Amino acid sequence: MKAKIYASLAVVITGAVLLYAVTDFPNFGDPHSPANAGVKGGAPSASIYYIENTYRDTKVPNLVTAVLADYRGYDTMFETVVILTAGMAIFAILRVLRRDEDTEEAAPVDRSIDGDHHRIIVGITCRIAVPLIQIFALYVVAHGHHSPGGGFQGGVMLGASFILIALSGSLSDALARLGESSFIRLACIGIFIYAGFGFLPLLVDRNFLDYGALAGLLMTDGEEMARSHSMLGVEIGVAMTVMAVMFAIFANLSTRGRLQGGL
Amino acid sequence: MIVPFDILILVFLVIAAVISLWVKDLLAAAMIYGIYGFLICLLWAEMGAVDVAFTEATVGAGVSTVLIVATILNTRRKSTD
Repeated sequence: MKAKIYASLAVVITGAVLLYAVTDFPNFGDPHSPANAGVKGGAPSASIYYIENTYRDTKVPNLVTAVLADYRGYDTMFETVVILTAGMAIFAILRVLRRDEDTEEAAPVDRSIDGDHHRIIVGITCRIAVPLIQIFALYVVAHGHHSPGGGFQGGVMLGASFILIALSGSLSDALARLGESSFIRLACIGIFIYAGFGFLPLLVDRNFLDYGALAGLLMTDGEEMARSHSMLGVEIGVAMTVMAVMFAIFANLSTRGRLQGGL
Repeated sequence: MIVPFDILILVFLVIAAVISLWVKDLLAAAMIYGIYGFLICLLWAEMGAVDVAFTEATVGAGVSTVLIVATILNTRRKSTD
């Protein structure tokens, strides 16, 4: 009880300090704030540069994706590596490789008309939902540089569709579609795709992740379209890693690392 | 940005945060945490940060709630403190 009082005290004090700091923030949408400075002829700022030049530089209408995957691509690459590392850490802590005799395999779901009706209704509803979720996730990945979305969101949705299969049926259903060796490989291949797009420009004496150099390889007219297409490739890599890691984390957490049985 | 709508969301946000810390049943706390995630997603979407809202809806409210529930079902459901 005493610990709880101290914890609440710490939370309240930190919250008060943070709220005090908020009063120094510029107002929402203030044209004179540092982030927006230069809108009305002030000093040019980074955000003005992105707003005015992103489409010209990369032919990508969604500024957020352009900043994330091109201007700041190095950062995003290691964000993906962080996700892979999180997955590896959970694997290292939880995964039980020793074969356990006394964990019984979960009984197969009775899909006959006499079976458990609640499970049948849930199972069939989710079976209808899963392909729709996956197609929408692919759309989010492929359309990420034209509309909100991208590799992270699409990858999480793809991973969630496999989690839905595991929750509505059984984990072995989901593992039959995306087995352990597949998701470990997919997680690494995703990083390699991203890093590969970074390394290719080095071969023609350009900077790491300078996608413009890939214009010849991708057979695009102009460096701007090459940047746009490379961003799509990079997003696909991110989506593969995120999907595999999300499902791997769920599979290990829900079975205490045995990858059999299930919730 | 619509100020009355903002204030409504922020009030619900504080309520959800306090309740999820306060309840003893961890499964209920996980669900309220999911509600908290969706409220933040709503706030960001309403402020025009659609990409961030999308990420919050999928990662914060969606998958992390499922992961927390999976962990609770494998450990204990009651909070001890």
